[in-house]
Amino acid sequence: MLKITKHKELPVLQIVGIKLGAILAALMVLAFALIALGYNPIQVYIELVLGALGSPYRITETIHVMIPLTMTGLGVLIAFKMKFWNIGAEGQIAMGAIAGSYLALFHSNLPKPLLLLLMVVFAMLAGGIWAYIPAFFKVRYNSNETLFTLMMNYLAIQLIVFLQFSAWKDPKSFGFAKIAQFDSNAIFPKFFGVHIGWLVMVVLVFAIYMLINHTKLGYEICVVGTSKATAKYAGMDVKATTLKTLFISGAIAGMVGIFQASAINGTLSVQVSGGYGFTAIIIAWLSGMSTLVVPITAFFFAILTQGASYIQTVFQIPQAVAEVLQAVILLFALGSEFFVTYRIQWVKKGALR
Amino acid sequence: MILFLMAAIQAGTPLLFATLGEIITERSGNLNLGVEGMMLIGAVFGFLVGHGTDMPLLAMAASAFSGAIAAGIYAFVTVTLRGNQVVTGLALTILGTGISGFLGKYMMGFVLSEAFTAQFKPIELPFLSKIPLLGPILFSQNYFVYLAYAVAILSWLYIEKTNFGLNLRMVGENPSAADASGISVSLYKYVHIMIGGALCGLGGAYLSLVYVPAWQENLTAGRGWIAIALVIFSQWHTLNALLGSYFFGMLGILGFRLQQYNIPFSQYLFTALPYAITIAVLIITSMQRSKHHNEPEGLGVPYFREDRH
Repeated sequence: MLKITKHKELPVLQIVGIKLGAILAALMVLAFALIALGYNPIQVYIELVLGALGSPYRITETIHVMIPLTMTGLGVLIAFKMKFWNIGAEGQIAMGAIAGSYLALFHSNLPKPLLLLLMVVFAMLAGGIWAYIPAFFKVRYNSNETLFTLMMNYLAIQLIVFLQFSAWKDPKSFGFAKIAQFDSNAIFPKFFGVHIGWLVMVVLVFAIYMLINHTKLGYEICVVGTSKATAKYAGMDVKATTLKTLFISGAIAGMVGIFQASAINGTLSVQVSGGYGFTAIIIAWLSGMSTLVVPITAFFFAILTQGASYIQTVFQIPQAVAEVLQAVILLFALGSEFFVTYRIQWVKKGALR
Repeated sequence: MILFLMAAIQAGTPLLFATLGEIITERSGNLNLGVEGMMLIGAVFGFLVGHGTDMPLLAMAASAFSGAIAAGIYAFVTVTLRGNQVVTGLALTILGTGISGFLGKYMMGFVLSEAFTAQFKPIELPFLSKIPLLGPILFSQNYFVYLAYAVAILSWLYIEKTNFGLNLRMVGENPSAADASGISVSLYKYVHIMIGGALCGLGGAYLSLVYVPAWQENLTAGRGWIAIALVIFSQWHTLNALLGSYFFGMLGILGFRLQQYNIPFSQYLFTALPYAITIAVLIITSMQRSKHHNEPEGLGVPYFREDRH
């Protein structure tokens, strides 16, 4: 019969091998689906990569997707490290965008550097508070954070809907429900063709890496994530660590919100979070909770997203194929986790006794 | 007013199916965040079969079957391969959105035939529909709505009054105790996750076959997440889900009604209200957790026999 036992820690190369195998298997499954639909899968995959990286413009667009995915991914990662299931990044992005947009819309006469700085600060505060609320109820009353953060997403998004369709609606938009474009004073500048969010992203990757691996808070996060009892026994303040970490997690997502609103869309709209909050969860997970892998995974997902919108125009394959591909890769990767942790052996019936 | 309440029942029915499905799933201890995805999968396959065959029952069966298969993928990854439940559920939602978006592109503008939609005309139930007030609201509906009532009541009987239900609750509350007493934890999880998926699929099909009835991009428009909220609101109890779904259904259409009276804020208030109420319920119940709690103890906690201690 089959016997399942835990591995000892596998060598890193073998883990990478298993994960790559999972991605390959997912691409194969989709290839069969594409063949069934009458397409040449190899051609489709090549065009997909070309669509994302085939020209300087396309590379810029891909990086535009990679920035929010990386940053949000890092934000949720530090919460996940603590086994706090923050799936509210979508709402934290939205709240950050709202708070930053308030300044951009109503105080755009401030000096530009000050205005941009304040927009980021406001966005981080709003996102942080939005994550702090469920964290507070988690540590105080042990309410279910997965469901709480999930519901907070929709409150935030409904708030944008209200602002866009009613309170902040641009009276000059001829009845279209949209918020006025930001003043050029409130748009983040570009640096080598991409908005400065990419610099923030690079700094953030190293900052989070340092935070987790070389600070007291980072150490506490890891201990709390492994065992709350151990953390308490060692005299750590689990509640304070949870609250601090979630504030940081939300603040990072909030910052993403204002970059998206200002640098990408030029105004606040319902599409500001664009599902990045959910994709970021997947990226953090696929990266095996490892900080330095997050940008790589985010880049890969950015290629999938951008490439899919390109193959839609080339092959008339609906763009939704990107979602299917992402989901299949993810399911295979989730399943492959099993082979990282466990091994299956054939054992003769008698041997078990 | 009666017409409005009838419409509330209509709007609440897809929510009810999905909520019941998710309650049954969560009672087995698995949190499946893929409700939205399973609803979309059920909606798209139900619509495809309905459009192709003009047979409502076959369309409903197709939606339930496809929802169950989708849930089966989730069950395989989380129960057998022990993958993370939250992330797997999100993957399922993405998968459902992708598949329905993909197939939907080829079905844009498809409309169901009149012969098909005619079969979902309201049927007045004998005697029951004569009850003043309640009769016309509750018992002059189409049979898909009656099916929802039946599922709600039957699942209540099943969970609370049968041995299978007792075992199910044990699997959800304390899987290692269930395992020790000889219950196959994996089998129970598989069966109930898949039944849950079938119901979510039916919820989606109600939208594509009856409520709309045509194909639209992103037909469910977040109803799957409202269903997850409703599970909390109804405290994992299927009869509460019956009331809760119609209440949330009413909130959903109330906004549009009030818009006619030109109250600018109310519309957005009412769409946000289900989430706000759910958060309030979450907080209140967790504050009094010590007295009585309804959330399955083992919800979201994976069970591996080898990890027992």
